Amino acid sequence: MSFINYLSREINCKIVYYGPGLCGKTTNLQYIYNKTNPEAKGKMISLATETERTLFFDFLPLSLGEIRGFRTRFHLYTVPGQVFYDASRKLILKGVDGVVFVADSQIDRMDANVESLENLRTNLAEQGYSLDKLPYVVQYNKRDLPSVATLEEMRALLNPSQNVDFEAVATTGVGVFDTLKAVAKLVLTELRRGGGG
Amino acid sequence: MVNPQMVMYEEEFNQIQAVVDRLVKEANAKVVFIVDKNGQLIAQSGDIENLDSTSLASLTAGNIAATGGMAKLLRENEFATQFHEGEKANIHIQLVGKRVILVVIFDARSSLGLVRLRVKKASEELNSIFEGLLRKVQEPGRDSPFAEITDEDIDNLFND
Repeated sequence: MSFINYLSREINCKIVYYGPGLCGKTTNLQYIYNKTNPEAKGKMISLATETERTLFFDFLPLSLGEIRGFRTRFHLYTVPGQVFYDASRKLILKGVDGVVFVADSQIDRMDANVESLENLRTNLAEQGYSLDKLPYVVQYNKRDLPSVATLEEMRALLNPSQNVDFEAVATTGVGVFDTLKAVAKLVLTELRRGGGG
Repeated sequence: MVNPQMVMYEEEFNQIQAVVDRLVKEANAKVVFIVDKNGQLIAQSGDIENLDSTSLASLTAGNIAATGGMAKLLRENEFATQFHEGEKANIHIQLVGKRVILVVIFDARSSLGLVRLRVKKASEELNSIFEGLLRKVQEPGRDSPFAEITDEDIDNLFND
């Protein structure tokens, strides 16, 4: 649910990166953080375990510039990917304006991808959202690793309705900003339609 | 059901800011801020110069969300009040009207009793302001300022 402030002439939107454990959600945010000008970003917050697995969420506030005199600010969140953190994942989805599903391209992670995508649909439905109506982008991450599924296989499995999608290597930044820009554009387009929550 | 969009107009913002400014004084607080449940900062007052209020807002909302999740598991409606006691700073967190969160940061110059008392009164005032705001947002004919943006406007954002 976006927040329009007429006084400070700001629009705030929330984007959530979803996906199975270790698929690279936090790595996406870290890359964005490292490559963004200091004046356009706030502090990145990671609520993680001692072994650097996301415990609750990562948070990165970004300022993307002005549209018609309104500053556009995006709050990027990740969810904890591990299956047993489902209660926390539900909380992060509250008030979401756009979703990025980060899939792990390795063949032996396909079941985990499918399970996570199902979980995303279920958790969105619980809040009254539908993935088919939300601004939504799919990212096939870890394309640089050996034994990855083909793009066609992944599309058939995870993106049959042909939403915008990108191949990515989040560790080196391939596809990271393409993904972010695509979802941000969809969110702004949705706002124009009078949606945004 | 999905919440309606949060919009802030000058009139309501000034009313909210007045409540927050007064609360800082009356509760002897260091900082007072208001966040919506999704983590967006709405208003702040007090000694905010060296405060990362954006991060604090997001973490406060996460905190309230987590506590709300616990309440649900215990079949409680909501834990509307939280208090965190530190060595120097204390944080009092109050849910207002199920929609926004009122946060008071205070030190030894104040006390929990005083903060609670002042927060109660401020919450009532804030609740009625936000209820009015919500009604205003839902009035027909209030178009989003983004209704007329073009593809070009959006593309221009990303031409860096």
